[in-house]
Amino acid sequence: MSKHVVRKQHALWDPSIVRSALLESVKKLDPRAMAKNPVMFVVEVGSLLVTLLFLRDVVRGARVEVKFAVQVIAWLWFTVVFANFAEAMAEGRGKAQADTLRKMRTTTSARRLRRAFDEAPLASGPLEGRGEEVAATELKKGDVVWVAAGELIPADGEIVEGIASVDESAITGESAPVVREAGGDRSAVTGGTRVLSDWLKVEIRQDPGAGFIDRMIALVEGSSRQKTPNEIALTILLSALTLIFLVAVATLEPLAQFFGGSLGVMALVALLVCLIPTTIGGLLSAIGIAGMDRLVQHNVLATSGRAVEAAGDIDVLMLDKTGTITFGNRQAFEFLPVSGVEQSELARVATLASLADETPEGKSIVTLASQRGIAPPLPDGARFVPFTARTRMSGVDYVVGGETRMLRKGASDMAVSFAKAKNGPVPGDLQGIVSKVAGEGGTPLVVADGARLLGVVYLKDTVKPGMRERFERMRAMGIKTVMITGDNPLTAKKIAEEAGVDDFLAEATPEAKLAYIQQMQQGGRLVAMTGDGTNDAPALARADVGVAMNTGTQAAKEAGNMVDLDSDPTKLIEVVEIGKQLLMTRGALTTFSIANDVAKYFAILPAMFTGLIAFQARQSDPRSSAFWALNVMRLGSPQSAILSAVIFNALVIVALIPLALRGVTYRPLGAGALLRRNLLVYGLGGVVAPFVAIKVIDLAVNLLHLA
Amino acid sequence: MNARFWVLTAAYFASLVAIAIPLGHFMTRVFAGENRASRRALGWLERGVYRVARVEATEEQTWTAYAGSILLFSLGTQLVTYAILRLQRALPFNPTHLGAVPPWLAFNTATSFTTNTDWQSYGGEATMSYASQAVALTSQNFFSAGVGVCVAIALIRGVARSESPTIGNFWVDLVRVHLYVLLPISALYALFLVSQGVIQTWQGPLAWTALDGAHSSILRGPVASQEAIKMLGTNGGGYFNANSAHPWENPTPLSDFVQMLSIWSIPAALCVTLGEMLHSRGHGRAVFGAMALLGVLGVVAIAYFESRGTPVLARAGADLLASGQQPGGNMEGKELRFGIADSALFAAITTGASCGAVTSMHDSFTPLGGLVPMFDIQLGEVVFGGAGAGMYGMLVYVVLAVFLAGLMVGRTPEYLGKKIDSRDVRFAALYVLIPAFSILIFSALGVATAAGRAGILNAAPDGGPSPHGLSEVLYAYSSGTGNNGSAFAGLTAYSPEHPIFWSLTLAIAMFVGRFPLIIAALAIAGNMAKKRRVPLGPGSFPVEGGLFVGLLVGTVVIVGALTFFPALAMGPIVEHVILQR
Repeated sequence: MSKHVVRKQHALWDPSIVRSALLESVKKLDPRAMAKNPVMFVVEVGSLLVTLLFLRDVVRGARVEVKFAVQVIAWLWFTVVFANFAEAMAEGRGKAQADTLRKMRTTTSARRLRRAFDEAPLASGPLEGRGEEVAATELKKGDVVWVAAGELIPADGEIVEGIASVDESAITGESAPVVREAGGDRSAVTGGTRVLSDWLKVEIRQDPGAGFIDRMIALVEGSSRQKTPNEIALTILLSALTLIFLVAVATLEPLAQFFGGSLGVMALVALLVCLIPTTIGGLLSAIGIAGMDRLVQHNVLATSGRAVEAAGDIDVLMLDKTGTITFGNRQAFEFLPVSGVEQSELARVATLASLADETPEGKSIVTLASQRGIAPPLPDGARFVPFTARTRMSGVDYVVGGETRMLRKGASDMAVSFAKAKNGPVPGDLQGIVSKVAGEGGTPLVVADGARLLGVVYLKDTVKPGMRERFERMRAMGIKTVMITGDNPLTAKKIAEEAGVDDFLAEATPEAKLAYIQQMQQGGRLVAMTGDGTNDAPALARADVGVAMNTGTQAAKEAGNMVDLDSDPTKLIEVVEIGKQLLMTRGALTTFSIANDVAKYFAILPAMFTGLIAFQARQSDPRSSAFWALNVMRLGSPQSAILSAVIFNALVIVALIPLALRGVTYRPLGAGALLRRNLLVYGLGGVVAPFVAIKVIDLAVNLLHLA
Repeated sequence: MNARFWVLTAAYFASLVAIAIPLGHFMTRVFAGENRASRRALGWLERGVYRVARVEATEEQTWTAYAGSILLFSLGTQLVTYAILRLQRALPFNPTHLGAVPPWLAFNTATSFTTNTDWQSYGGEATMSYASQAVALTSQNFFSAGVGVCVAIALIRGVARSESPTIGNFWVDLVRVHLYVLLPISALYALFLVSQGVIQTWQGPLAWTALDGAHSSILRGPVASQEAIKMLGTNGGGYFNANSAHPWENPTPLSDFVQMLSIWSIPAALCVTLGEMLHSRGHGRAVFGAMALLGVLGVVAIAYFESRGTPVLARAGADLLASGQQPGGNMEGKELRFGIADSALFAAITTGASCGAVTSMHDSFTPLGGLVPMFDIQLGEVVFGGAGAGMYGMLVYVVLAVFLAGLMVGRTPEYLGKKIDSRDVRFAALYVLIPAFSILIFSALGVATAAGRAGILNAAPDGGPSPHGLSEVLYAYSSGTGNNGSAFAGLTAYSPEHPIFWSLTLAIAMFVGRFPLIIAALAIAGNMAKKRRVPLGPGSFPVEGGLFVGLLVGTVVIVGALTFFPALAMGPIVEHVILQR
């Protein structure tokens, strides 16, 4: 049902994005901006300190190893720039998304019919050319504007009068126009979409800059991004680790002086920068922005990063049956005649009553009959009787042999009273068949040939293929799926079993949904749901993750914390997966970052301690130091060891940018299996990888005589 | 690493499990007030104490009130201890007419016993009167252990409860742990020690005449009563300066085995209590498994390095192989009657727990053999750890491990249904941060100041500073901060010429390693208790099984190693390299 139109994907290393990100990464060196990220702030301060000390030594003409010092200093600065680059890349990709959106918002003008808080009555009917011409950006909440065919809707709002077809492809990617009308659940319109036919009077519901597109632009660009709870907790942990390493490194100098030597500021800063979790510290905000970006690529807008994170924590998923779990349109499944009637006769009459019926139900009856070799032609002069809410029946009238035949199919009570009105008897077994079909979750259509009641067409709600597997994946992830339906409990139970959901809520009213959510939350569970109607708003607001359909009302959109532009309820599942992926990426890179430290210790510590004369067997030969025995990687020289570690530390940030932006691969597994896999890859891998990488870098450094 | 070592170690862990299960089960009931049989016998006493102390037993405390009560209680007992030490000359039970304990030493000692450290900058029997030992120090041995257990129980309660503003009543927990656990076991234990030959007397020194006619005397006193709680409460402050190497503190192989067993008995039992109170025996087993794994690694490492001996001895022509005639390996500083196997086991147990009782001189271990006990302490005293302190310390590591790895399963990290928020992480981070700061900064201060260096005994052959000297300093502050109390005894931590530096800095280290951490642990308890418990499912983070044991051990070791590896490299590690040359 949903065309899954994904917005234009930007290549990971899109040259235009890379270019502006490079510029941005230098601009971000401003310490006021850096202070938000404690880990990288420490790196910047350290780099600055080393640079200044180096310049002082050069000016004073002190003996410095310029080649080595310049390289180390350069790589320390690269570490900061690379981290900024990661963030700028994520923001750049978001901006590229946002620019597309922004284009449609610019230079729209509007005809304002009435200002906000103006009590003057509004003339009804078309008001072509009336009102004042104002820029869209000047519209306030409460203003009423006139939008004619061919014009852009200037801002988000609610239709107060009129009906029109609207092209929303700009935000949904869906090319087919949708009908919007005043009142009911289709009265919301989005700024930037175009009216194709007719006209609308729209009451603006958002002040300038607060509309959906504006919020989305702000979020994907990262400008209004606030740290999520998990991000705050992680930042605290990373700051604590940074402090521990700061003290562990700073106290080394007095220990060295105890042995009559000094380690030097440069080596200490290099060690500190390598030890503090720069990898995750540098990529943390990029991961968050990229998560938001991935959501936008799925055409889902979130109002906050917190909502994306909450999606990963969801325990209960409430899904509407119709359209999400089942196709919604019921398919003919079986012809069930009453006793004394041939099945072929029932099929023939049902087909005749459906031949002119364009509804999916009608078509499916014709199809089922023709599969059984019954395909009667429509008699000449037949008149189609369409379905109405009053009659709840459809069928066909035609004249044969001077006698008018009236064939009908419809709701059992209506069909029975139709036959009764013609003094027809009610077959004794009809009610039993009707109940049986309803009990099995089907919809019984009773077929009447004038006064004769022939039997029942069994319409079955068909579960979409692949849903059972999807719910099994959910279960493996520990998520309980709940089907919401207006059906009676018996029908609901049947379909729930067929689809493989864990629970169902039958005869669901908005109040019942709200109560169910509250009950789940009482038990400590986090609930996600989708909704579109105004009466869904309380439940959407109450749910931890409420995804409103873009086709829904303004009230529903404001109540939820996400909007699905494709209005595809199944997408909730993907939203959950994106939330989980976001958290996993953070955890994986943190683990990797910390695990890296083991190798860095073995690279730098022996190297920096070799300068202590007290431990040198031969005067001024660092390699004769007892500490050089700890050089388990057999790196070329103390200088190349330090340089290699610093280079690795900077490059690993760049190397992991793709992972940060794409997120680690998510697999729907139980927590135990996921943990085992990620611990192996990012924990153990994080210990081993830098040993190899630093060794390789050191070989290159020595080959090129860089140190 | 002979057969005796392996049999001894296996027997030890088997006995530990056998004791932990019933004791842990009993403690679960004690703190829930469901120990029916023992309450029938002693309930009147419990109620009496409440009446006298005006404790409203049914009234629960918030975490801040609980922490406040602990601070109040500890400050009070510390002041009383200080007063007794200062006034011992005027007090009864002072048969050798010992003078007042000097002010700085008394301050250091009072802090030491209040914090469950039992660092001793003095020679036990030569400084303390019978009254000081039996009343002041022994009481503190009970109280400090009791406080530790209370904090552990409060933290477990915090995790177990759902949407509760309170975490229990400290005074009730304190009375119960003493009345039903510490006092009865210590009484029986003391009797057992006496049966093995530990002395218990109020009489003065034993005068004796040597074969050559020289007159001498041996100091004695009420040893058994202090010895029992010294081990059971992971205190470790010996009656005698020689601690558990003294034949009157630890006379037989059996007494040695039981002493080792008693050190880890309460910490191990608390793992069972943890599993029962959280309704997750698997989690209790996993925490026990992590502690035991770290413990075994420590024991085997010490035994391995000590039985290899040192190349210095080998070069001097000594035969380092064990045989029927000699124990082999490095026997310096070890009791002949214990040998390497028992000494290694004892050293790993006493440092894994924050006990600090010793049967051998850790200072005389080989560099790497001595690194292991030091590193055991630096891990945060969670290898079973102190009575209660090991449990709450390990639970903080659990919070950290679950937070880090929990993100990797794609959910907000959850510990048994409790979401870990930034407040939990903040206090857990402080819990790790504070001891690291204390150990590293004080050690730097110790070697950077003349007053500090004055206490260091070991120098390089040319008279300059030696890595071993640094190790002594590092060990001292690790031991103080970790509330362990054992020492690389080459360090002179108190002398009349330099009374202040070591007394003061070590006292601060001991204080910092105790009360701020208790407050952090209780803050987590309070925060956890407030939260709603989410029902567990297949998406929940698994806190049992081998994977979790590995994760927890990994977190403890990595955090410890990353923090202390640079300092250790300049101490025992480089000393080892130099010896090998």
